[in-house]
Order: sequence, then C-alpha cells, then structure tokens
Amino acid sequence: MIADFPAALILILGGLLVPLTRGRVRAAYLLALPVAAFAWLFVLPHGEYGQVQFLGQTLVLMRVDRLSLLFGYVFLIAALINVIYALHVEDTVQHVAGMVYAGSTLGAVFAGDLLTLFVYWELTGISSVLLIWARRTERAQRAGMRYVLVQLLSGMFLLAGALVHWRATGSLRFDYIGLSGAGGALILVAFGIKSAFPLLHNWLQDAYPEATVTGTVMLSAFTTKLGIYALARAFPGTEMLIWIGVTMTAFPIFYAVIENDLRRVLAYSMNNQLGFMVVGIGIGTELAVNGAVAHAFADILFKALLFMSMGAVLLRAGTVKGSELGGLYKSMPWTAGFCIVGAASISAFPLFSAFVTKSMIMSAAAQEGHVISWLVLLFASAGVFHHAGIKIPYFAFFAHDSGIRCKEAPLNMLVAMAIAAALCVGIGVMPFALYSILPYAPGYEAYSPSHVVDQLQLLIFSALAFSVLMRTGIYPPELKSVNLDSDWLYRRLAPSLVAPAARGLSNMLQAFGATVAHSWGRLATLLYRHHGPEGVLARSWPTGSMALWAMVLLLGYLLLYYL
Amino acid sequence: MKDEKTYWLDRSENITKLYRGLWGIGIFLLLFDFVMHKHEDLDFAAWSGFYAGFGFLACVALVLAAKEILRRLFKRPEDYYDR
Repeated sequence: MIADFPAALILILGGLLVPLTRGRVRAAYLLALPVAAFAWLFVLPHGEYGQVQFLGQTLVLMRVDRLSLLFGYVFLIAALINVIYALHVEDTVQHVAGMVYAGSTLGAVFAGDLLTLFVYWELTGISSVLLIWARRTERAQRAGMRYVLVQLLSGMFLLAGALVHWRATGSLRFDYIGLSGAGGALILVAFGIKSAFPLLHNWLQDAYPEATVTGTVMLSAFTTKLGIYALARAFPGTEMLIWIGVTMTAFPIFYAVIENDLRRVLAYSMNNQLGFMVVGIGIGTELAVNGAVAHAFADILFKALLFMSMGAVLLRAGTVKGSELGGLYKSMPWTAGFCIVGAASISAFPLFSAFVTKSMIMSAAAQEGHVISWLVLLFASAGVFHHAGIKIPYFAFFAHDSGIRCKEAPLNMLVAMAIAAALCVGIGVMPFALYSILPYAPGYEAYSPSHVVDQLQLLIFSALAFSVLMRTGIYPPELKSVNLDSDWLYRRLAPSLVAPAARGLSNMLQAFGATVAHSWGRLATLLYRHHGPEGVLARSWPTGSMALWAMVLLLGYLLLYYL
Repeated sequence: MKDEKTYWLDRSENITKLYRGLWGIGIFLLLFDFVMHKHEDLDFAAWSGFYAGFGFLACVALVLAAKEILRRLFKRPEDYYDR
C-alpha cells in the first residue's frame, strides 16, 4: 500500500540522486524534496504503516501520532530553511549529506520499534559527519573523527540496550521504556549522548563550530532534538532527568560567557536550552511534556536563525571570534537584524517564540513544587539572555568597531534567515497555532499580565547588569583562548595516560626484538663459523679421512659389543 | 575609511543615552510590582522586585564566577590542543 512508503526515504533516496542534477534544476529539486515529504506527512492519517515481520517481531517503519508528527513537521521546516540557506553552495557532498541526514532524522522520529530506530540513529551520525569533514581542514578532520566516534558509541549503547530490553520484555516496540531494567539504562545513555547530557555533552561544542558555514546550521537542528524526541517518547516522568536537565541549563552558560568563538558560544547555549527540555520531560506532567516538545520546536528555529547569522558573519568576515569582530552592523545590517530576532527569541522576550514555550516548563516546575530546580532554571533564563541574547549580537555587530567592512550576506541566506525570523515571531505572537499540534490538550495561557511583567523585569535587569559591568570594565574581554571542558578527558588526559603505557610497551617490544636479533646474530655467527665457506664442518674432506673415521666408529662398536 | 559616514551609535553620548534609557525602562517596570497584584505559583516570586533583583544579581554572579573562577582554572592558549 502506498501509505506504507516511509517519508524518510523521500529525502534519503531523493538526496542520493542530487549529484545527477545541476544548476537551477538542482535548486528546484532540493527545495522540492522537503516540501514533498511535508505534504506526504500532512495527508497521512494517524496510524502505523510499513509493518515488516523480522525475527518474530513486527517492525514499524512509520508510526504517525501527535508526538512524531510535531517533530516531523519541524524537522522538515528546518530542512527547507537549510536548503535555502545553502543554495549558493557548490559542494555536492554537502547537499547529499545534508539531505540524507535530514531524512534519517525523520526516519528515526517515525520509527515504531527500536531496531528501525537504531538503523536511522546510526545513519544520522554517519551522514552528518560529512558536513564537518566538508570543511576540508585538518582541524575539521580530527574534530569530525571525534564526533563520529561519539555518535557511533551512542548507537552501540542503543543496540545493546534494545537487545537487553527485548530479552527482558519480549518486545522491540519503541514506547515508554523507563528505567526499570538494565536495557532502559543503556538506552537512556544512548539518548543522553545525543541530547548532550552533562559529561556526555562535549562532542557538541567540539564539533559543531568546526563544520562548514551551512553544515553547522544543519547540525544544530537535528541530532540533539532527535535525542529530545526519543527521551520524550521513552522516558517521560523519569525524575533523574530533572536533575540532569537542571545541570545542563546552568553549567554551560559560565563557559559561554568566556568563550571567544561565537559559534561555540551558541553550542553552549544549545546545551542550556536542551536542559530546559530535559527538565520538562523529567517532570513528565502533560504541561511539562507539552512545554518540552514545544520548546524543542521553537529552539530548532531560533537556534538555526542564530547559527545562520553567525554563519553569514563567518562567510563574509572570515571569522566568528568575538575578539576580532565588532561594528559589523554597518556592513551587514540585515544579518544583524535577524540575529537580534533570534536573540530575542532564545531569551524569551514577550512576542518571541521561547516566551510561549519555555514558560510552560517553568510553570510545570513551580506547580510540581520543584523549587530549587525552578530557581536554577530562572538563573539559566537570565544567563541565556546574557550570553546568547546580548553577547552574540553585541560582540559580532556592535561593541568597538573592528574596522572590518564586508558585503551583506548572500540573498539566499537572507531569505532563509527571514523565514526563520518570521516563524520565531509568528510562534510568539500566535502561540495557539503551535499549541494546537502539541501532544496533549493545551491548558496554558502564556500572556498573563504577571508573566509578561515578570519576564520583562528579569530580562531588562539582566541587560542592566551587562551594561553596568561593561561600563565599569569588569566584564571580561573576549580573549583568544580555548577553555578546557570534558573533551579534555579524552583529548589530553587519556592520551597522556596511554602514552607512557604505549611507550613502555614499545620499549619492551624493542628490547625483546633486540634480544632476539642479538641471539639470532650469535647463532648465525656460530653456524657460519662451523658451516660457512671457511667452517671446519663444511670442508670437503679427503676419502682417506672418511675411511679413518669409519674405522674409528667400527672399533668403538666392537669395543662396546665386548663390554 | 576617512570619508565614511558616522553612525548614530558611533557617538559615545548616544550610548550614554541608551544606557540611561535602559535604566528608565527598568525602573518603570519595577513600579508595576507596587501597583499590580501578581499571580505566582511560588509565594516568594510575588515579592516586590524579586525578578528584577534576581536577574541583576544572577548576571553579575554569572560573569564574576566565569571570569574569576572558570577562566583562571580552564583558560588555555588557543593552540592548546594543536601542540
């Protein structure tokens, strides 16, 4: 039946055919793929399609329900925006990898069983690393290798967890799993790596800023939000997630304040925003889960917008280091404007998207009596305005004039940013449109007078703190530097521990080799002495001596016989 | 560069105007706490000036901690991992 055709394959198979196209045809083709997949989802009624029997299990390739549809829609919107943003790119590899990456994320979202999920899960890792390697620098090469190893590791955890879960429950269905069994714990680690849990997070800050201008935007939309979707599906109401999420919201903002690479600052703020979603899933009430997935929807758009604006800066100014930028609003006023819309959205200003999504999570935390968590989330809300809302636009486009004069971003990039900005404002102004597609019936009013005033006070006084610190010179300057994070463990500590061991082993092998060589040499010398051309045993002896020796032997024999 | 036009933001007195304007907005917003009855899920959040004070202090604490603690402990030269 035609309904059994997985929507993911439209993008994956379609993406593989991209190399056959050129020029305008390619542009039209790339734009058509996500639109076609979107239309496909739009007409498909809820239900389970593409059921395949395998090892006595029913695999479900397409499970269409409210949760998967919401993520499916936003991933396709993100894919379309990304296509527009990358239209000027000539590199075919990036177009193919991007489309396969988007498609495999879509496949994972609609997977109804853990095996199908695993296959798409690994495919997202493999296809997305090409967007990092496409930068074609040694640095990107190495960062990409670290990235893909972590992604594949996540897949290994998922597969192991799925098999243990199957043994325990007899089912491979991808539904609520929870932490009751060992399989659940392994699967949580797998999802945790993708969602960048604390200490499992650093692949994100490590790799994303090393990808290409357009690749980073693509990466920002899919992998981590797939992790959030998987958590919302399998672990809602798992209390441990509240604490994990709270930690995620808080610690990255300290790093973001002192980080110089502005795309890396955004990577840290991504971690912070994911934390809010993880908290919402951990609380697990209808309001909280609604808030988590709504915030994921909004986050994909405003984070893409911010990464797009920084990508445009990287393309035109050649750098995104805060220490080298400043005053770019003169050269790139449109990009600056779109960046500010993204900044206002992530900071949850009234009339912008996060105001109507993040607040659901905050409200749920307060209503369920998680006071400490709520206070940390409030701290993180002030902090995200500080580092993403103010720092990003301020150091790139304002601050002191760096003297850089460049062209405005290309038209296709501006169009992509405009669409994302319009959606950010649209969600903020008309929240009911987003609320109507949430998994649970909405019973939430974002625009209460108290909420608007509270939020404005929080933000304006955060901005005042920034201004005061700036004017008094207390604010730390942007410095060329790298700040150690958990990747230090495997980039420095582990190698430094392994290196002496490796050196010892190599010394041992060398010593062993030397001994063997030495002994062999002595043996050879010995053999040579006796059997070589001059060796006593290699001489050709006269027949007489042969007869003599034969006589000696016979005499010896005779002697022994008589004894 | 010499003939380039001067933007409004290039003049430092305008920055000062913006700075004072921001304080004006902040104080105006603070006044709401004294005239408006707030509905809060948590009691202490209804205290006058709670959000304003929290926002200001949170950001100062954030910056100082990042600058004085994190940077001292974890800042390394840019080519740290490339050496």
